[in-house]
Amino acid sequence: MAESMKKRLNMCEGLAFVLVWGTAALVTATFCWLLGDLVWHGLSHVSWTFLTAPPENAGRRGGIGPILVSTALILGVCLAVALPIGIGTAVLLAEFTSDHSLFGRVTRRSLDVLAGVPSIVFGLFGNAFFCKTLGLGFSILSGGLTLACMVLPILIRSTEEGFRAVPTSYRLSAAALGLSRTTTLIHLVLPAAVPGLLVGLVLGVGRAIAETAALIFTSGYVDRMPESLLDSGRALSIHIFDLSMNVSGGDANAYASALVLVVLLLVINSTVSRLTAYGLQRKIMTV
Amino acid sequence: MRPVAPITELHPQYPLEEQPACRESQPFMEIDRLSLHYGEKPAFQDVTLAIAKGCITALVGPSGCGKTSFLTCLNRLTDLITGCRVSGQITIEALEVLAPHTDVIRLRRRIGMIFQKPNPFPLTIRRNLEFPLREHGIRDRTQLAQMIETALREVGLWDEVKDRLDSPALALSGGQQQRLCIARALVLSPEMLLMDEPCSALDPLSSGVVEDLIVRLRGRYTILIVTHNLAQARRIADDVAFFWIHHGAGRLIEAGTVTQIFEEPRDPLTAAYVGGMRG
Repeated sequence: MAESMKKRLNMCEGLAFVLVWGTAALVTATFCWLLGDLVWHGLSHVSWTFLTAPPENAGRRGGIGPILVSTALILGVCLAVALPIGIGTAVLLAEFTSDHSLFGRVTRRSLDVLAGVPSIVFGLFGNAFFCKTLGLGFSILSGGLTLACMVLPILIRSTEEGFRAVPTSYRLSAAALGLSRTTTLIHLVLPAAVPGLLVGLVLGVGRAIAETAALIFTSGYVDRMPESLLDSGRALSIHIFDLSMNVSGGDANAYASALVLVVLLLVINSTVSRLTAYGLQRKIMTV
Repeated sequence: MRPVAPITELHPQYPLEEQPACRESQPFMEIDRLSLHYGEKPAFQDVTLAIAKGCITALVGPSGCGKTSFLTCLNRLTDLITGCRVSGQITIEALEVLAPHTDVIRLRRRIGMIFQKPNPFPLTIRRNLEFPLREHGIRDRTQLAQMIETALREVGLWDEVKDRLDSPALALSGGQQQRLCIARALVLSPEMLLMDEPCSALDPLSSGVVEDLIVRLRGRYTILIVTHNLAQARRIADDVAFFWIHHGAGRLIEAGTVTQIFEEPRDPLTAAYVGGMRG
């Protein structure tokens, strides 16, 4: 009796072991396969010339120089708009709005719904509002602003969580010392909330840099070097989409561009997390 | 309103053995029919009490009888709690504490507060003291250094931390953190200290160190301390106020000198509580 129970327990344990490790292995393997495939097909085409030269023959030959510049500009516009609005809204929600107030509930619910809206919808909205109504046309500015709308919900919610994770005791003890709310916010709460903000930033940038659907309708297809923010500019993800879907014989360069995109994402992620650790340490030591 | 003593004046240095007498005819703070409600629920009701200047007044009573809530009314920390309603009157000399136009920043500089759990800021030891001072307008480096040293000496922490002022405050032990918090309150030269069970989160040794420190502060600061430890109240307090829960709300049952409360309590409830039969 006891023996059979032991056996069954052992089997259960074995099964759980296989399941847990199996899933982890599957996830890792998928990522490695994807990355391996990109490196296998793409690495031989990536070179300094590829990164700097303009595309030729609809992208079959040449490089992705202007496309990288457009991508950076779109991302820059997106962050320049999204960061201040995002942090401001998060401060308002976390510090100055009670959990149960109508305003807080409605805003939070709207943000959660917005975060789940498909990017193509943002694209159409951006096209209607920024390109047509505001008359910005197909431009880097329109694209960046549309991306900002798309990234804001994630950014606000995770920054707000960052603020909420700061212990109330900081606020109470600061108030008891006669420090004003603004001082407390800037010197104590904001630094402590930085990790949450950076998580939101990484998620947001990841979403923005890989976005295709929202940009097709707003920043356009033009693969020339942009001369101003009002020029149309082709983002990296759109370039990959175009090469693999519309251009026969563009596969090699599509692979190379995708590799560049993934490496960019990895670099951004690891830089931000390293900055977080470094920044926090410095804050504790010197400020 | 009487002007707040300029913060730039360093603390008067009394030799530790020689404490000024705590009895003065005029109380430091007078509390008149003070009540506090969270939404509809009363936390405590109709508390009338005078706090003697320079003395240690202990608030004792069972958990949930509103002692901590009472403390947070006195420096208007209740302003930060939504749905919290305070009625009654609190006066410090001519200052109406609860009046809407009262400058709470100045008020909280006059009344420091120590919390149950030590809560230093996640900064260095030096910055913990420097930050509030700078915010209150003191920029001169020598002066800052001197005030920080004085405050740390006052709580007996200077010799323990003088070589590592720039290491994180959170690396200190619990008892040291609590003394740092007391130093942080003292560095602003308050007139009164509110202490919410300052020893209860500490081990017996650190608790003893903090208790001795509180006794040494007698006379120079008016101290109001919440404690669950009757023996501690008896050891350190000059006056005791006894709270009890009546119909779901805290009430002040009896207040008097420590001898009167412990040896000749007027109310049978007080007698039962201090005798260890209730609560």
